[in-house]
Amino acid sequence: MWAFLQRFSSPRYFYSLSQPISRWLGGICLLLMLTGLYYGLFKAPPDYQQGDSYRIMFIHVPAAWMSMFVYMVMAISGAIGLIWRIKLADVIAASSAPLGASFTFLALVTGSLWGKPMWGAWWVWDARLTSELILLFLYFGVMALNSAIEDKRIAARASAILALVGVVNIPIIHYSVVWWNTLHQGSTITKLDAPSIHIDMLIPLLLMAFAFKFYYFSVVLMRARCEVLEREKNSTWVQELVASR
Amino acid sequence: MASEFSTFLMLLKRDLTLAYRHRGELANPLLFFVIVVSLFPLGISPESKVLQTMAPGIIWVAALLAAMLSLDNLFRSDFEDGSLEQIILTPHSLSLLVLAKVFAHWLVTGLPLLLLAPFLSILVFMPSEAMWTLILTLALGTPILSLVGAIGVALTVGLRRGGVLLSLLVLPLYIPVLIFAANAVNVAAKGLPVTGQLYFLGALLSLALTLSPLAISTALRISLS
Repeated sequence: MWAFLQRFSSPRYFYSLSQPISRWLGGICLLLMLTGLYYGLFKAPPDYQQGDSYRIMFIHVPAAWMSMFVYMVMAISGAIGLIWRIKLADVIAASSAPLGASFTFLALVTGSLWGKPMWGAWWVWDARLTSELILLFLYFGVMALNSAIEDKRIAARASAILALVGVVNIPIIHYSVVWWNTLHQGSTITKLDAPSIHIDMLIPLLLMAFAFKFYYFSVVLMRARCEVLEREKNSTWVQELVASR
Repeated sequence: MASEFSTFLMLLKRDLTLAYRHRGELANPLLFFVIVVSLFPLGISPESKVLQTMAPGIIWVAALLAAMLSLDNLFRSDFEDGSLEQIILTPHSLSLLVLAKVFAHWLVTGLPLLLLAPFLSILVFMPSEAMWTLILTLALGTPILSLVGAIGVALTVGLRRGGVLLSLLVLPLYIPVLIFAANAVNVAAKGLPVTGQLYFLGALLSLALTLSPLAISTALRISLS
């Protein structure tokens, strides 16, 4: 296992191995997303209060989950790059930031579209929404710092520090519901007792959540491949690769 | 070799002396604080009812911006004349030394905000019951702003145009402090107890006090590598 990881983390092997992996993950994502959307949009029963408009949940909730998950991936791989100086971890962290920012943006936009018919307002200054907005700002900060420092190695280490500092924000997001408990509905899935969401809604939601995860892993590998090529442009294997095309 | 604590005091004294020699510059963030607070009545309304409800937020947002603006010269001059590198090269723990620098910085920028805030709160018609809460939240909150802001400064000190970037990095991290502090003052103005919010600010302060020197020193090492 370790030997495989070590081989995989060398940019050259990563480049050749990641292409099939990324394609497989992308295929699984497509499969899950199509079934998830079918069950979510056609099979799941309408909500007894919100009617059909709750169905945006199948995009909104997975996007919100991903916005936090990607941040954790970014921070952890940043830490790995910081501690063990593994180049690939730097690359993963740098290519995760824009993806995480887009998931966060998607969560905010779908939330706003959902909020208009339900709450009667595009935006409310509720704790969760605010934290999600802060998360978007944190992503922008990491991206800005990453592009402001010219030396890619230093940029990666500096933004890893920033991402780790921002991790403090993640628990605040999570517990904000408990702290302020305003307009946003409470959590309905990870309660310790039985989840209060109907099983026919839960299944497509979980399908969509996994589809989003696979999408992220597939796309982050694609982005990392380009990033690896750019960072290793002076090494012989990249030049051989370019010459052979 | 001097002990850790005496080095801490030495650096603190040096930074305070440096600040004292440039007394004129010290007034700038304070003037900024006063001007920003006095802009709100001009921009919104001079009516005491309107301002009264917004007063805690106005003062806290202005304090936040003033704290952020004053951050830039925390490491800048030491970076330019090379003494920052010498500080890093000393055998002492860098976390402790940056803590001395941040503490000195807070004494000359954060503490004056604390003393000035009561006068400004009169300008925006803040209820006098909330005065002590305002001072307490500033006492607990501004050190957090200095500590967290120093991480951002340490990350951007090597960049030529770090100013705007710094605000992008630092302001989102300030938001929890703003929420708890302004909420505490708002609640105090209504005559309700505020211990919960103050405990939260205290918790944030101890978290910042213990963790951010590590982040600052690591960030400084990265910026100077």
